[in-house]
Amino acid sequence: MPFKELNTVMKKSLFFSAAIASLTAMPLVATAADIKIGFVTTLTTGGAVIGNDMRDAVNLAVEQLDSTMGGKSFEIIFEDDGFKPEIGKQATEKLVKEDNVDIVAGYIWSNVLMASYKAVTRADKVIISANAGPSAIAGKLCHENFFSTSWQNDQTPMAMGELLNARGVKSLYMMAPNYAAGKDMVAGVERTFKGEFAGKDLTKWGADAQLDFSAELAKAKASGADGLVVFYPGKAGGAFIKQYQQAGLSGQLPLYTIFTVDSLSLPNLQKANMDGILGSEMSMFWGPDLDNPTNQQFVAAFKEKYNRYPSHYAAQSYDAINLIASAANALDGDFSDTGKVREALMKADFESIRGSFEFGSNHMPIQNFYARKVVADDNGDWTTSITKTVFESHQDVYAAECKL
Amino acid sequence: MDWTLVLTQAINGLQLGILLFLLSAGLTLTFGIMDLINLAHASFFMLGAFICAWATLYFDSFVVGIVCAILGTALLALIVEKTVISHLYVRDHLDQLLATFGLILIADTAVHLIWGPAGLAIPLPSQLQGQVRFGELVVPTYRLVIIGVGLLIAATLYWLVNKTRAGMLIRAGASNRQMLSTLGINVKLLFTSVFILGAVLAGLGGLLIAPITEASIGMGNDIIITAFVVIIIGGIGSIKGAFVAALLIGFIDTFGRAFLDTIFALFMSVDSAETAAPAVSAILVYLLMALILVWRPQGLFPPKLR
Repeated sequence: MPFKELNTVMKKSLFFSAAIASLTAMPLVATAADIKIGFVTTLTTGGAVIGNDMRDAVNLAVEQLDSTMGGKSFEIIFEDDGFKPEIGKQATEKLVKEDNVDIVAGYIWSNVLMASYKAVTRADKVIISANAGPSAIAGKLCHENFFSTSWQNDQTPMAMGELLNARGVKSLYMMAPNYAAGKDMVAGVERTFKGEFAGKDLTKWGADAQLDFSAELAKAKASGADGLVVFYPGKAGGAFIKQYQQAGLSGQLPLYTIFTVDSLSLPNLQKANMDGILGSEMSMFWGPDLDNPTNQQFVAAFKEKYNRYPSHYAAQSYDAINLIASAANALDGDFSDTGKVREALMKADFESIRGSFEFGSNHMPIQNFYARKVVADDNGDWTTSITKTVFESHQDVYAAECKL
Repeated sequence: MDWTLVLTQAINGLQLGILLFLLSAGLTLTFGIMDLINLAHASFFMLGAFICAWATLYFDSFVVGIVCAILGTALLALIVEKTVISHLYVRDHLDQLLATFGLILIADTAVHLIWGPAGLAIPLPSQLQGQVRFGELVVPTYRLVIIGVGLLIAATLYWLVNKTRAGMLIRAGASNRQMLSTLGINVKLLFTSVFILGAVLAGLGGLLIAPITEASIGMGNDIIITAFVVIIIGGIGSIKGAFVAALLIGFIDTFGRAFLDTIFALFMSVDSAETAAPAVSAILVYLLMALILVWRPQGLFPPKLR
C-alpha cells in the first residue's frame, strides 16, 4: 500500500534527521581556549531583558579584544540563573567544577550572588560582580577573591537623597517593593535625605508582584508630598511610569527614580507615548553621555552593533571583561596563581567606562555618582543625560566593616 | 477621613474587581460545566495582551488591536481545545493540572521566542490617556473605560446566561451534565463554545490591563490564583457569584493596601505598621476565602441541584 510505504519512508527520514541532529548537537570542544571565563546572568524569564544586554556587552568586549588577552586566547561560557538563587548556584558550581573556568563574573541579583559566591571562593578562584552589590559582601562577609565593577546597593539611593536636598524637596513620598533590596533603597535615601517622609509604601514583590499601583498613587497624591521617589526594577518600572502619567501626576508630583528608568525601559515608554517621564531625574554612577573617551567609544560601538543604547548593566559587564583583560595583560595570561590575579585586579589598571577609579579595601569601586535626566537625543530617541555630579569618589559605608 | 481619597480608592477597587471578573468568568464556566481545572486560562490572559499589543503597534490602532486579540484568542482557544483540552474532560483533576500547566510553559516560551523577553507596551489613543474630573475627584480616563467595558460585558453575560437558549444549556451543564447529554444535547459543541467564550473573556481582561501594566511573560500566572479564589468564594459555575466575589476581592485588596497601614499605626509604631501592613493586606483575600468557606462551603451563589 502506498500509504504504508510513505510511512516507512517518513520513519526512515525522521530517523536520519534525528541522527544528524544528535551529531550536530554534540559540543564543539575542539576550540578549547587558553583562558576560560564563566558569566552567570539571567537569560530566561522577564529578567532576560537585563541578561541579554549584559551578554551583548560582553560579546562586544570579546570582539574588540579579538578573543585574546595577555597574549592568550580566551572564551566566555554563559550560564543562565533563571532568576533563581538555587539555579544560579548550580550554574556557578558547574562552571567551577566541570568547565574549570579561571574566573567567574556576572550576577544581576543580590540573592543569586549571595547563594553562589562561596562556590567560587572555596575553589580559590576570583568572582567579579557585574551588578549585584549586597551590603553583606561589602561589609562583614567581604572576601579577598570578590571584586565588583558596579556599586554597593546603598550608594545610588544615598546619591538620590543628596539630589533631593539639592532640588529643595522638603516632603517625600517613597515606594519600593517589599523585599531586601527595596528596604535597602528606602534606608539608603533615609541616610542622606534631610526633609521628612510624607509616606512610604512597600508593595508586594516576587512571583505574583503587584503591578497595579492605583491605590498607592492616590495616597501619594493625597499626602501633599513635593517629591515622589520609586525603586521598581524590571517590568514593574514600566507599569509604574504608565500609571503615574495616567493618574495625571506628571506636572504635580515630580518623580525621581532609582534603577527604574534606563535604556531598557525607555524605548518601551517612548512607544507608549509616556512623555510624562521626560525631564524626570535619577541617580546613577554612569550615563551613556558620561564624558570620557572609553565611554564614548563603548556607547558608539554598542549602538553601531546592536542599534540601541547600552544600559548601565551593559556598561558594568563591559568593564568586568576589560578588568579581567587588564589582569591577564599584567600576568601574560597566566591565571594559575590567584594571589597574583588579585593583586593585578586590585590595580584597576584599565580604561573604565566611568573614567579611572580605585577599589576600596572591600574591592568595591570608589567612584562618582551623578544625577541623570530623561531627554530626547538628536534623533528623537529617549535616553538619559547627566545633569550634575552628586558625589565625588564616593565609598560605600560598609567598607569600614570589612576586615581585609 | 479624606473622602476624595476613599472615593478614588473605591473606583480603583471597582476596576480591579472588574478585571478579576473577566478572568474568573471563563474559569468558573469551564470548571463548573466541564469540571475542568484549566491553569492555561492564565495564558489566554497573556496572549490577549500580547496579540493586542503587537497588532496595535503594527496597524497603529488600538481598536484594530482589540479586534485582532479577540479573534486571535478565539482561534487559539479552538485549536487548544480540539488538540489538548478535549482529551482532558474525562481525566481526573491532577492530570488536568499537569497538562494545563504544561500549556502555560509552552505559551510562555512561545511568547518569549516570538516577542522577546522584554514584553510589549500598548500605546493608548490620546483621548484615553487623560483624566476625568468630578469636582475634587480626578480619575484616569482609561480606568473608567475598563470599568465601563467590564460592566457591559457582565451585563451581556447575564443576558446570555439567563435569557437565551444557549445560556439555558450552560446553566443546565453546570447543574447536571449527564442529564444534559441524555437529553440529546450536543455536549461536545457546548464544551468547545464555552471554552472559547472563557478564553476570549480572559484575553479581553489581559488586553484591557496591558496599557496599564504592559504585556509581559507570565502576567496571567500572577493573577490566576486570585481568580481561583474568586470562583471558590462565588460558587463554582456561577457567573453571578464570580461577579460578586470579584468585586468583593477587588475592594478588599485595594482598601487593604490603601488604609491598613494607617489603621495599624493607631495601635503600633509607624515603622512596624509599615512593615506589617503589606504582609497582612497580602493575606486578606485568603482570610476572606477561609471565612466564607466556613460559613458557606459551597460558595456564595452555588448553581442549584448540584
